[in-house]
Amino acid sequence: MFSNIDLQQLVFGRLTLEAIPYHEPILLVTFAAVALGGLALVGAVTWYGQWGYLWREWFTSVDHKKIGIMYIILAIVMLLRGFADAIMMVTQKALSVGEAQGYLPPHHYDQIFTAHGTIMIFFMAMPFVTGVMNYIMPLQIGARDVAFPFLNNFSFWMTAGGAILTMLSLFVGEFARTGWLAYPPLSGAAYSPGVGVDYYIWSLQIAGVGTTLSAINLIATIVKMRAPGMTMMKLPVFCWTTLASNAIIVTIFPVLTATLALLACDRYVGTHFFTNDYGGNSMLYMNLIWIWGHPEVYVLVLPAFGIYSEIVSTFCGKRLFGYTSMVYATAVIALVSWLTWLHHFFTMGAGANVNAFFGITTMIISIPTGAKVFNWLFTMYRGKIRFEGPFIWVMGFIPTFVLGGLTGVLLAVPPADFVLHNSLFLVAHFHNVIIGGVVFGLLAGVQYWFPKAFGFRLDPFWGKVSFWCWLVGFWVVFTPIYALGLMGETRRTQHFDDPSVQPYLMVAAFGAFIIMAGILAFVVQLLVSILRREQLRDLTGDPWGGRTLEWSTSSPPPPYNFAFTPVVHDLDAWWDMKKRGHERPAGGFRPIHMPCNTAMGMTLAALSTVLGFALVWYVWWLAALSLIALIAVSIRHTFNYHTSFYIPAAEVNRLEAQRAAQLVGRV
Amino acid sequence: MLRSLAVLAASSLLAGCNMVVMNPSGDIATQQRNLIIVSTALMLLVIVPVIALTFIFARRYRASNPDATYDPDWHHSTQLEVVIWTVPLLIIMALGAITWISTHTLDPFKPLSRLGPNRPIPADTKPLEVQVVALDWKWLFIYPEYGVASVNEMAAPVDRPITFRITSSSVWNTFYVPALAGMIYAMPGMETKLHAVMNKEGTFRGLSAHYSGPGFSRMNFGFRSLPAAGFDEWVAKAKASGTNLNREAYLALEKPSEADPVRFFSSVQAGIYDVILGMCPEPGLMCVTEMHQIDRAGGGGRASEENRKRLDYDNRRLESGTEPSGATFPASGRPPQGSVQPEGMDPRDQTLSRDGVNKPKTEPDQGQGNALPGADRTPAPAQLNTAPPQGR
Repeated sequence: MFSNIDLQQLVFGRLTLEAIPYHEPILLVTFAAVALGGLALVGAVTWYGQWGYLWREWFTSVDHKKIGIMYIILAIVMLLRGFADAIMMVTQKALSVGEAQGYLPPHHYDQIFTAHGTIMIFFMAMPFVTGVMNYIMPLQIGARDVAFPFLNNFSFWMTAGGAILTMLSLFVGEFARTGWLAYPPLSGAAYSPGVGVDYYIWSLQIAGVGTTLSAINLIATIVKMRAPGMTMMKLPVFCWTTLASNAIIVTIFPVLTATLALLACDRYVGTHFFTNDYGGNSMLYMNLIWIWGHPEVYVLVLPAFGIYSEIVSTFCGKRLFGYTSMVYATAVIALVSWLTWLHHFFTMGAGANVNAFFGITTMIISIPTGAKVFNWLFTMYRGKIRFEGPFIWVMGFIPTFVLGGLTGVLLAVPPADFVLHNSLFLVAHFHNVIIGGVVFGLLAGVQYWFPKAFGFRLDPFWGKVSFWCWLVGFWVVFTPIYALGLMGETRRTQHFDDPSVQPYLMVAAFGAFIIMAGILAFVVQLLVSILRREQLRDLTGDPWGGRTLEWSTSSPPPPYNFAFTPVVHDLDAWWDMKKRGHERPAGGFRPIHMPCNTAMGMTLAALSTVLGFALVWYVWWLAALSLIALIAVSIRHTFNYHTSFYIPAAEVNRLEAQRAAQLVGRV
Repeated sequence: MLRSLAVLAASSLLAGCNMVVMNPSGDIATQQRNLIIVSTALMLLVIVPVIALTFIFARRYRASNPDATYDPDWHHSTQLEVVIWTVPLLIIMALGAITWISTHTLDPFKPLSRLGPNRPIPADTKPLEVQVVALDWKWLFIYPEYGVASVNEMAAPVDRPITFRITSSSVWNTFYVPALAGMIYAMPGMETKLHAVMNKEGTFRGLSAHYSGPGFSRMNFGFRSLPAAGFDEWVAKAKASGTNLNREAYLALEKPSEADPVRFFSSVQAGIYDVILGMCPEPGLMCVTEMHQIDRAGGGGRASEENRKRLDYDNRRLESGTEPSGATFPASGRPPQGSVQPEGMDPRDQTLSRDGVNKPKTEPDQGQGNALPGADRTPAPAQLNTAPPQGR
C-alpha cells in the first residue's frame, strides 16, 4: 500500500483526481461549454479538411502579418475569458451585501480576481498590442518581414503556451488566490501551498520569454530594416511608440523573470528571499515586481498612443501636429516610466522624502502625456475630420483618458494616496486609463487596419453600436466604483457589510452588461462584415486616404509586402508619394528572398508548456524529460540550414499583375 | 425593475450619502481630503479646456462643414508648442510643490502638531498609544497605557492624539480607518506607525484594505470615538472581561478565523507586542530583532546552524490546515492542505507544533455557498466562522 502511494506520486506528482473540479457547478458548466465548443471547432476544421491549411499557412508561418493576426485572435479569446471573470466579480459584489453572501465563496472569488488581472494584462492587452505592432510596424517602415522571422513565430507560441497553462488551471487544480501580482508572503509556500501560484509563475515565465524575444525582434527590425530614406525622424509615430514600448519591455521583463524565479525558488527549493522565515524580505518583492509593473503600463499605452496618432492624422486629412515634440514626448514618457514604481506602495512607509520624490516623478509623466493630447487636438484644428469607424474611438478616448489621468495624478500625491490607495477608486482609475486608453486604442486599431489585413472594411453600423456600448458601459461601471472608493470601500472584497453600497454595485454590474453588449456587437460586426464582404470590399489598398507606407501596398499585402522596397522622402511617405503622382512599377520584378516556415516555434513552446505543467504538479520525470527535449530540439534546430527561399520573379510578376488588374478594374 | 434601479442609484448618488473620504471626522483625513480637492481643482484648469476644445474642434472641423478652414500642411507652430508644454509644466510645478510640502507635513510617522485648524495640542496631553496587530483575519488592539486589549473594536477619546504602532502576524494587511486618517501597511516582523486624531464622536468603520486571504472581506472593525468619560467606561468594560492576553491566549487568538465577534482582554502580558512584532510568540522561536542583532554583529557563522529551526516562522499555518486547497475543496472533502507538502517548505517540524493543530481537517466546511444564483443556499455560510469544526 505504501509503495502504491509512492508510485502514484512518482508518476503523477501531486496531481490526483480530486484536482479536477467536477464538484463545482460553475466550472463544470464552463468546462462543458469549452469542451463542446472546442469539439465543434475541431470537428469543423476536420470536416472541411482544413488542418493542412492551418498548419502550413498559419501555425508554422513566419510571416509577421499572420503572426500578428494570431496574436490578436489569442487576445480576443482571452478577452472573452477575462471578461467572463469580470462579470462574475461584479455580479458577486452586487449580490453579496449585508446578509446575502452571493454565489462565489472566497476561495473561488479570489481566484477569479487574480485570473482577471493576470489574463487581462498578460494574455489580452500584451498579445493584442504585440499583434498590432507585429502586423503594422514592418509595413510602415517598408520592410518585408521582421528581423528574426523564426523568433517571431516562437515568441507567439510561447505567449500562447502561457495562456494555455493559465486556462488549464481552470479545469485542473486551481489558479492563484493572491491578486494579480502575487505578493509574498501570501504567495509563498506557507500561505499558498496549492498549485495556484505555481500555475501563475510558470505561465508568466513561459509567456515572458515570448514577450522579451518579440521585443528584441521588433527593436532590431526598426533599427535595421527601415526603407531607404526613412531616417529616425521620418519614422511614423506608431513605429516610434513601438520602439519605445519594446525598449521598455527589454529592460523590464528580465526583472519580472528574475523576480518570479526568486519566488519560484522560495516555493520549490526552500530559499527565503521573500518569506517571513530566516529574514526574508517581502518588501523587496514589492519593489521588484513594480519595477516591472509600472513601466508595463507604458508598454501597453504607448503603442495605443501611436494608433491614435495615426488615426487622428488620417481622418483629419492632415499631417500630425508637432511630430517632433510627439517623438520627444514618447521618449520622455518611456524614460520617466522607469522612475515611478514606488507610487504603487506609498503606504509601505518609505518616508516623506522617498514618497515625495516618486510622487513628483509620477506627475512629471503627465507633462509629455498632456503635450500629446494637445498635439492630437491641434491636428484636428484646421483639419477635415471624417467621423468614420476608427475615428469615433478617438473622440471617446480623449475625454475618458484625460479624466483617468486626473485621478492618476491625484493618486500620485502621497497623502491623497493614503486615503485612496487599494480602494475601489484606484480600481476605477486604472480601468479608466487601461480601458479608455489601451483597449479603446486597440479596438480603434482593429477598425482602422482590418481592411488592410483582410481586404474589406468592417461594417460601420455595428462598429458604432460597439463603440457606444463600450463608452457608455465604461462610465456606467466605473462612475459608481469611483464613488465607492470615496466611500472608503476597498478592492478585492468578496462581501460588503454595508447595505447602502448595494445600489452602486448594482449600477456597476448593469454597466458591465452594457460593455458585454459592446463586446458582442464587436463579434457581430466581424460576422456581419464577413457576410457582407463583397459590399465592403476595398481593392485600392488605401480605403481611408492613408498617409503611411502600409497603405501603398495591396490589401491584404502579398507575402513579400512590397515588390520593390519603397524609397522615402518625407514623413507620411505614402501621402508624399501620392502627392508626387506615384506610379506603380509594372515590370522588372526580381526574385524575392523570404524566410521558410518552420514548426520549430510551436514544438519548443509545446515542450515549454509541458515543462511548466510538470513543474506545477511536481511530475519530476516529465519535467526532466521535457527540459532535455527542449534543449535537444533547440540544438537540433541550429543545424537546420533550410531557413530561406526565393519567391521566383514569375510569381511576383503574377501577383503584381493581378493587383494592377484589380486597380484598373476599379477605375 | 431597471427603471427603479436607475432611480434608486440616481437618488443615492445625488444624496452623496456617505462619502467618508470626502467628509471625514479626523484632522489628518480632513487635510488629505483638502489635498484631493485642491489637486483636482488645479488639474481641472487644464482638463476642462482640453475636453471642451476636443468637442469644439471636432464640431467646427467636421468634413461636412464648408465654412471651416482646411490647411493640410499646417503642422508646426513654435508658440503653440511652447504653450502646450508650459501649461502642464506650470500646473505640475505647483502640484509638485504642494506634494513635497504635504507629504512632509502629513507623514504618518511624524507626531501630530495640532488637533485641528488653529487648535494646538494642549501641553499636558500625552498621545494615546495603540499597538495594532493584523491577524488572520481580525484586528488586535493593545493599550499598553491601560493594560487592556480588544479584538475587532477599538476606542479612543475624542481630540486626543493617537499613536498607532502597527504590525501583522502572518501576511500583509493595511490598517485603514477612512474617517480618521490614511492607510498604512501592516507587515509581519516589521512595524509601521500612524499618528492621527479623531475630532468627532461616533462609531466609524475600520478595515483592512490590502488583500490577505479568504477572510479578508470580513476583516472589519469598529472605531469608537468617545468622550473622555466614555473612553474610561470602555476601558473599564475591557477590564471587567476577566481574560488575560498572554502568549497562550495570543497563540489561540492568532489562529485563522473569520468575522470574529468583538472581544476584550482585561490584562496584557508585559512585552507581548514586542514578541508579536518579533514573530516569536511561540516558545522556542528566535525573535526577528535578535536575528538582526546577530546579523549586525557579523553573523553567527557555522554556529548559527542551530538557530535555523528557531527562525521557521511560517510553518504553523501549513500545519494548522485551515485553508481549502483549491476550487474542489468544499464539495470534495479533500483535506484542506492537500496531502503533498510544497517542495519549498522545510519538513514539518513536529517538535514545534502545538497540540491539536497538526491534524488535517477531514470533514469539509459545510455550505460554502457554491450554488448557482437562485439555487437554494440555506446552510449558513461557513466563512462566518460560527462553529469552527475543531480547535482552530
